[in-house]
Amino acid sequence: MQNQEEGIIKIKNLNKWYGDFHVLKDINFNCNKKEKIVICGPSGSGKSTLIRCINYLENYQKGSIEVNNILLSENHNVIQKVRRQVSMVFQQFNLFPHLTILQNLTLAPIWVNHATKKEAEETAKYFLERVHISEQADKYPGQLSGGQQQRVAIARSLCMKPQVMLFDEPTSALDPEMISEVLDVIIELAEEGMTMLVVTHEMGFARKIADCVCFMDGGEIIEKNNPEDFFNNPENERSKLFLKQIIQN
Amino acid sequence: MKLSEINHKYQNLQYRKGVVGWIFKNLLSSPLNILLTFFSIYLLYLIIPATINWAILDAVWQGKSNKDCDFSGGACWFFIDARFNTIIYGFYPQEYLWRPNLVFAILAISILAVTTNILSAKLKIRFGVTALITLPFIIFIILKGSIFGIEILHPIVDTGKWGGLILTLILSLGGIMLCFPLGIMLALGRRCDSMPIVKYFCIAFIEFWRGVPLITILFMAAIMLPLLLPEGTQFDKLGRALIGIVLFEAAYIAEVIRGGLQAIPRGQYEAADSLNLTYWKKTGLIIMPQTLKLVIPGIVNNFIALLKDTSLVSIIGMWDLLNSAIGSTRDPKWIGFIIEAYVFAGIIYWIMCFGTSKYSQHLEKKLNTTN
Ligand SMILES: Nc1ncnc2c1ncn2[C@@H]1O[C@H](COP(=O)(O)OP(=O)(O)OP(=O)(O)O)[C@@H](O)[C@H]1O
Ligand SMILES: [Mg+2]
Repeated sequence: MQNQEEGIIKIKNLNKWYGDFHVLKDINFNCNKKEKIVICGPSGSGKSTLIRCINYLENYQKGSIEVNNILLSENHNVIQKVRRQVSMVFQQFNLFPHLTILQNLTLAPIWVNHATKKEAEETAKYFLERVHISEQADKYPGQLSGGQQQRVAIARSLCMKPQVMLFDEPTSALDPEMISEVLDVIIELAEEGMTMLVVTHEMGFARKIADCVCFMDGGEIIEKNNPEDFFNNPENERSKLFLKQIIQN
Repeated sequence: MKLSEINHKYQNLQYRKGVVGWIFKNLLSSPLNILLTFFSIYLLYLIIPATINWAILDAVWQGKSNKDCDFSGGACWFFIDARFNTIIYGFYPQEYLWRPNLVFAILAISILAVTTNILSAKLKIRFGVTALITLPFIIFIILKGSIFGIEILHPIVDTGKWGGLILTLILSLGGIMLCFPLGIMLALGRRCDSMPIVKYFCIAFIEFWRGVPLITILFMAAIMLPLLLPEGTQFDKLGRALIGIVLFEAAYIAEVIRGGLQAIPRGQYEAADSLNLTYWKKTGLIIMPQTLKLVIPGIVNNFIALLKDTSLVSIIGMWDLLNSAIGSTRDPKWIGFIIEAYVFAGIIYWIMCFGTSKYSQHLEKKLNTTN
C-alpha cells in the first residue's frame, strides 16, 4: 500500500464540468515522490484536462487537489505556491518566439524567482547541456526543429526546479524521427528520480518509465495498474480494446 | 498567313527573353491589356510633360511678390522661399527661431538614434524610453520658455504663436506617443472578462470616441470645453486640442492592439501562467512584445492617418503646416499662389508619411524572428 505521507499529488473526488458536459468524473489519484505515472486513453477522455487541473490552468467544481501538502484553491497565492512545485511541458512547446533560447530559460527565474542574471544564465546553460542543445542558446525558437524546441521547453521547466513535472503529450506534435530524442531526455530525467505525470500514446516509452499506468476513458480512470500487467493482461475490456488499437497502428 | 498562325506567332513573342518578352508578357498579353496599355500611355503623355513644364521649365524661381509672376505659365516657387518661415514655424517670433530649430535638431537626432544602428540595441532601448518620457517636457520648455508657470527661457512664447510644420509635428508625434499607454490599457481592459466594470467602461470609452468625428472632438475641445470648465480656468487651446486627439487616437490604437492580442495563441498565456508570471509580468514580457510586433503595420497606418488629420485643427483656428501654407496666400502681396502652397505642403506630408512607412517595413523585417 502507498504511504499517504509520501504522496506529493493527492487528488480526491475530482469532478469537472464544461457546462453540462461532465469531463472528469470522481477522479481519485495519488502520486508519490519519485513516482512516474503514465496516463493514457482515447482522445477526448479528459487526460489533458486532468493534468491541467493540477497546476490550475483549468478550474474544477468538486473535489480537492493537494500538491506537496498544499491544498489547491482559487486563491492567487495558493495557486502560485502550487505552480512553484509543478511545471508543465506542453504538446505545442509554447516557447516564447520573441526571445532567444537563453532568454526563454532565464525569464522566469529572473522575474519570478528573483535570481540574478548571471545565476539564471548559469542554470540555463547547465540544463541546456542536459537536454543536449547548448549550441543553440542564442537562436530563436523559430529557428529550431520541433524536437529541439520541445527539449528547450523541458529545459525551461527544469530551470524552475520543480518537484513534479507534468507532460501533456510531449511528442504528439513532432515528426516521427524527432520523437526519440525528446523521449530520451525524459527517460534520463526519470532515471534521475524526477516525479512525473506523463500523458502519452507512446506505449514503448510508457512501459519503460512507468511505475503505474492509468487508463482513462469518458472522464474516468478505468484502470490503474503496474505497466507489466497493464500491457500484458489488462483487466478492463476498454483498456484491452484501446491497447489493441494502439498496437495495430 | 492564316489568322491562327498570326495568333501563334504573337503568342510566341511573350516567351522571348529580355525587354521585348517582358513588354509582350506584361503589357500586351490580351486585347484588353493592349487597350489599357495604350490608354495609360496616353494619360502619361497628357500629365507628365504638363507637370514638368509647370513645375520646372516654365517655373519662376525669383521674385518679390505676385507681380513678378505670370500666372498663365509655370509655378512661382519664390513664393515658398518668401513664406518659408511661416510655413515651417507659424507665427513664432522671428528673432527666436533658434528655439524651434533646436527642437527640429533634437527630434532629428532622436529619430536617427532610434531608427539607425549607431547605438547598440541595449542603449537604443534605454535612449528610446528616456526620450519618450523626457522629450515632451524638453520640447515644451524650449518652445514655450516656461513650465508650470516658471520662466526658464526668455521670452515666453505663447502656444498660440506656435504653428506650421512644428505644430503639425507636435500634434501628431505628441498624439501618437501619449495615446499609446492609454490605448494599451483600453485594449487590455476590454479583454478583461474577470472585471466586468473595467471591461464595459473600456468598451464604452472606445465606442464613444471612435464614433465621433475628429472635427467634432476638436470643436468641442476648442469651443465647448472652456464653457464647461469653471470660470477663470486657463487651459490653452493647443493642450485641449492635443487631449482631444489623444483620446480619439487611443480608441483606434486600442482596437488595433486588441486585434493583435487576439492573434496571440492561448499557449503563450498558459506557458506564462505555468511559469508563475503575474498578470503584469506576463503582459509586459510575453504578450505585449509579441502583440506590438504584430500590430506595427496597423499602428503606422494610424499614425500616417493622424499626421494628415492634424490639418483639421485649422477649423479651430490653429496654424498647422497646411493652414500656414494656405494662409500665407491670403496676404494681398501673395494672393494667387494657392497651388504652390498646396503642392509644397503636400510634398512635406508625403515625405514624412513615406519615410514612416519605409521605416515600419524595415522594422517588421528586423523583428521577424522566425528565420
Ligand atoms: N474549453 C472547453 N470547453 C468545452 N469542452 C471542452 C473544453 N476543453 C475540452 N473540452 C472537452 O473535454 C473533453 C476532454 O478534453 P481533453 O483535452 O482533456 O481530452 P484528452 O484526453 O486530452 O484528448 P486528446 O488525446 O485528444 O488530447 C473533450 O471531449 C473536449 O471536447
Ligand atoms: Mg490532450
